Order: sequence, then structure tokens, then C-alpha cells
Amino acid sequence: MATQTDVRDLHAVGSEEDQAGQAYFDKIIADDSRIEPADWMPEGYRKTLTRQISQHAHSEIIGMQPEANFITRAPSLKRKAILMAKVQDEAGHGLYLYSAAETLGTPREELFDQLLTGKAKYSSIFNYPALTWADMGAIGWLVDGAAIVNQVPLCRASYGPYGRAMVRVCKEESFHQRQGFEILLELANGTEAQKQMAQDAINRFYAPALMMFGPNDDESPNSQQSMRWNIKRFSNDELRQRFVGMIQEQVKVLGLTLPDDQIRFNEETGKWEYGELDWNEFYEVLKGRGPCNAQRMERRREAHENGAWVREAASAYAAKQSQKAQVA
Amino acid sequence: MSGESATRITPGNALRPEDIAEQVAAGTKVSEDVAEYALRLGDDALILAQRLSWWISRAPEIEEDIALGNVALDLLGHARSFLTYAGSAWGKSEDDLAYWRQESEFRSCFLVEQPNGDFGKTIARQLVFSIYQHELYSRLVDSADETLAAIAAKSLKEVDYHRDHAIQWTLRLGDGTEESHRRMQEGLNSVWPYVHELFVDDELIERLPGVAVRPSELRAPFDALLAQVLGEATLEVPDVQPAMTGNRGTRHSEHLGYLLAEMQVVAREHPGATW
Repeated sequence: MATQTDVRDLHAVGSEEDQAGQAYFDKIIADDSRIEPADWMPEGYRKTLTRQISQHAHSEIIGMQPEANFITRAPSLKRKAILMAKVQDEAGHGLYLYSAAETLGTPREELFDQLLTGKAKYSSIFNYPALTWADMGAIGWLVDGAAIVNQVPLCRASYGPYGRAMVRVCKEESFHQRQGFEILLELANGTEAQKQMAQDAINRFYAPALMMFGPNDDESPNSQQSMRWNIKRFSNDELRQRFVGMIQEQVKVLGLTLPDDQIRFNEETGKWEYGELDWNEFYEVLKGRGPCNAQRMERRREAHENGAWVREAASAYAAKQSQKAQVA
Repeated sequence: MSGESATRITPGNALRPEDIAEQVAAGTKVSEDVAEYALRLGDDALILAQRLSWWISRAPEIEEDIALGNVALDLLGHARSFLTYAGSAWGKSEDDLAYWRQESEFRSCFLVEQPNGDFGKTIARQLVFSIYQHELYSRLVDSADETLAAIAAKSLKEVDYHRDHAIQWTLRLGDGTEESHRRMQEGLNSVWPYVHELFVDDELIERLPGVAVRPSELRAPFDALLAQVLGEATLEVPDVQPAMTGNRGTRHSEHLGYLLAEMQVVAREHPGATW
């Protein structure tokens, strides 16, 4: 099947229907317009999107865990309310994204199964622990901040349901980023211990946040195809540079620092530069050896397994109700 | 300021804890009795919110992560309003009350302190509490205390949803599979000893005629709706004896200390800090 897929993508001989579909698809992409669920699309496009959207959905769901870790300990009731609303938003993002992925033909249960069996990945950032209250700030500011830089261009992704889901996700993410920054600002203007807590959180989340954009461009072979399909609009490095430029300005407002003394604006290239990241660590975490990989997966499996009897009950009840309705 | 509502509540401008804080800052001060009553209402909501929030990221379906999170968030909102109002009697903020009181100073009932157990037990606790709270708030809207009435009016709409959520799940679990039926019944049996406490009148209630809702009045409508729901769900009203509880006093279940230790730990590591 894989060869067939590749062949089709390369415009080789297919059925007449496929040829017409491909021509339509190519025109939509050339016009920078939108592909909708019922439209013909190359198998590679469908697979790439299913993988990307479901990984994004998984990231939202796993990403609830580090923050949920502080809901019960939030140090003020207002912060507790905001954090709860935020984690709830993430569950909502997971839902829209699973729904967007389902329009490509794979049901949520199957996508979920891919997550639980470790076949599908989620963003590596969530394999780092949330250790202090300041981490709620750093996650909001840096992790959600990086996600926004990544996701704003996705609002224009060629696949309609994905692009539209991202519009709503981005609006909420931008609120999340501001609340994260506000947490850090409050800490930075607080006691010496609070200020140190904030700096420590930034120190720990800075590099992993930068790695959220993915490997350097020369190490990211799939990016080119995604760019040709108008799914991806900017390269990993372009987005990362843009993000560094943003946060190095914002950190000044906090009166704190980024743990990288090589950040500078290169006048010649017009780009932000930063110190080399430890890509070895990135690949280690990706392979499952991050501090929390095992813990995150265990929690997700546990929730899923503990909930099985509830889901079965809901189905059984629904079946009984529809039977009753038929009899009546 | 007599005759003027103590709180602003207009459509699109729902009552927020911050609004009450403003009123308090402007000089609203309640009597100790009203404050004590508001503490009971606030603490029940706060402790249950704390319990329910644990489910976020652990629920049987993502939809339930959202739903239980929503219920918790609503309850936390009620708690913040009631505690802010109560605190005006002693010059304390919602956070002073939530984070710096000792266990014996809380006024929560045993029911909300009960551990989550499985989803069935959580739903059983939700069913009992939301029916009770719905009966309570639908009377509190007529309280002579305008602020309590306003908080109840805003919260009642939310509790209406909580009650519906709990009823729908009780039906599904009760009349779902054999296992879900068993678990739901066990959940009900396990929370039942703590139901009685919700309906006990005491001296504080006697001292607040027209302001506080008399808990004993809520028992009959509570029993009626509960029996109807359980009947439809093929479940039994538990035949379990009431436990000796705290009677809204200074005694609590063994569970509260652990809950507070977790809830208060970060705040207490940083006395005097703001967040």
C-alpha cells in the first residue's frame, strides 16, 4: 500500500477518478485555498494530517497532567480557578482536534489506542515535570507561547477542519500565555523566594520550549513536503528564531533572564541567534527516556482503564434507551 | 445605603467574587452569625471543588474531564463569593480563610470531605449534594440578606446543571451494566451515612430567621426527587444508618486534614506572599 500511496503522490498513473481528484487537489493547493473532508486528497496528505492532528490532540490531553499537578495546590483561589479553566480548555482543544482528525477517517478510539500503545507520539515538553508553582507560569508563558508561534500559521493550513480548529485553539492559547506571564510577573515582583522560583522555572523550561519547534531544518526531512502541501508555512528554525526574539524582549519586563548568553540579533541575516541546544537530550526524551514519559503514559492508561466500566455502562444504557424508543 | 442592593447583578454582569470584595472594601460588614452561615455554604463548596478538581485529567472520557472540571469551577466560584462575604466580619480575605484557617475552623460537612472513590462514588456524592444544594439555593434566593440571595441566584443556575449531570449519570450507571449498577449502588451506600448531617437545624439557624434556610425543610423535597431518580435508575434508596457527624461544628472526618494539607501547602510555604 505504501508504494501505491507514494506513486499516487507523484502523479503517476492512477484511476481516472484519482487523476481528476489529484488535478483538483493540486489546483486548491496552488490557489492556497482549502481542502474539505469530502474532497479527494492524496493518501500521503491524509496520513500526514491524521498523524499531525492526532499528535497535537494527544499533546493537549497529556499536557493536562503537568498543570493538573498544581490544581489542588494553587496558592490562591483565584489562581486555582484560572488554572482549572485552563486545563479544562486543554481538554476542549483535545476534543476539537480529535474531531478534526476524525474527519480524515480515523475514529477517536483508534487514535486514542495509538496513544496508549505508544504508537503515536505527543509533544516531548510534557515529559518534563512541573515542580513548583512558578512552573505554571513558565509553562503558560514559554510552552504555550511556543505553541502559539507554531500554531498561528496553522490557522491557514490547507485542510479546512484543522485550520478552523486552530483559530479557536490559538485564541485560548493566547489567553493562557498571558496568564502564565502574569503568574511570573507576580512572582518576579514578590518575595526573594518567589523571584528565585520564577527564575528557576524559566531556566528549566527555556531549552525544552525551544525544542518544541522540532529538529533543526537540516534534520527535519518531512517539513518540505508539509510546506508544499500548505500545511506548514515556516520552517522549524524560522519559527524558533521568531520565538527567541519575542521572549528575549518579554523576559526584560519580568526583570529575569533567559539561561542562554548567546542570544543576539544578527543584523546581516535579520534573524535571532541563540546557543546550541542539546539535541541529544531531545532525542532521549523522544525515545521515552525523559523524566516523566513513563509516568504520563501510566496516568493516561490508568484513567482509560478505570473508566472502561463507565463507558460500557453509557453504551449499554444508550442501547437500552434506543430499544425502548423503538418499541414505543 | 439602605434599599440599595448590596451587590450588582444584571444580565451579562453575573456576580463575581471581586464584586463582593469591592462591596466589602466599601464598608459592607456582616454580623458574626451571617458570616458563620456563609462559611458553612462556602466551605462545602470549596471542599467539594477541591475534591472534584482531582478528576481533571483522570476522568473516564475527555468530556467528563471537562464536565467535572466545570462543576468544580462553579463550586469554587460559589466558595469564593461566600468566603469573601464571610471574611468581612473579621477583616479577612477569601484566601486568608481558605489557606490560613486550621482544620477545626472549617465548617464543611462530612459528605463533601469524603474521598472521590471510583466514578460511581463521585457521582453518588454529586447526586446527593447537588439535589440538596439545589433545594437550598432555590430558597436562599429569598433570603433577607441581599448578598446571600444574590450569590444563590447566580449559583442556582449552575447547580441546576450539576444536578442534571449527576442525575443523567445515575441513570446511565444504575441502568447500564451489572457492574455499573453494583458500583453505583455501592457508591450511594458509602456516602449515605453522611447525608443526615445536611438536614440538621441548629442554634445558628434559629438565630437567623429569614436569612438562613432551615435545613430540615429541605429533607422532604430531597427525599422525593432522590427516590424518583433512584427508582428510574433501578437503584435502591440505601438502607444505611446515619453516622455521628460534626453537626457543622469543629469536628470533621479524618479526610479533611489531608485535603487541607495539600490545598494549603504552597501558600503556607510563603507567608505574606501574594500570587
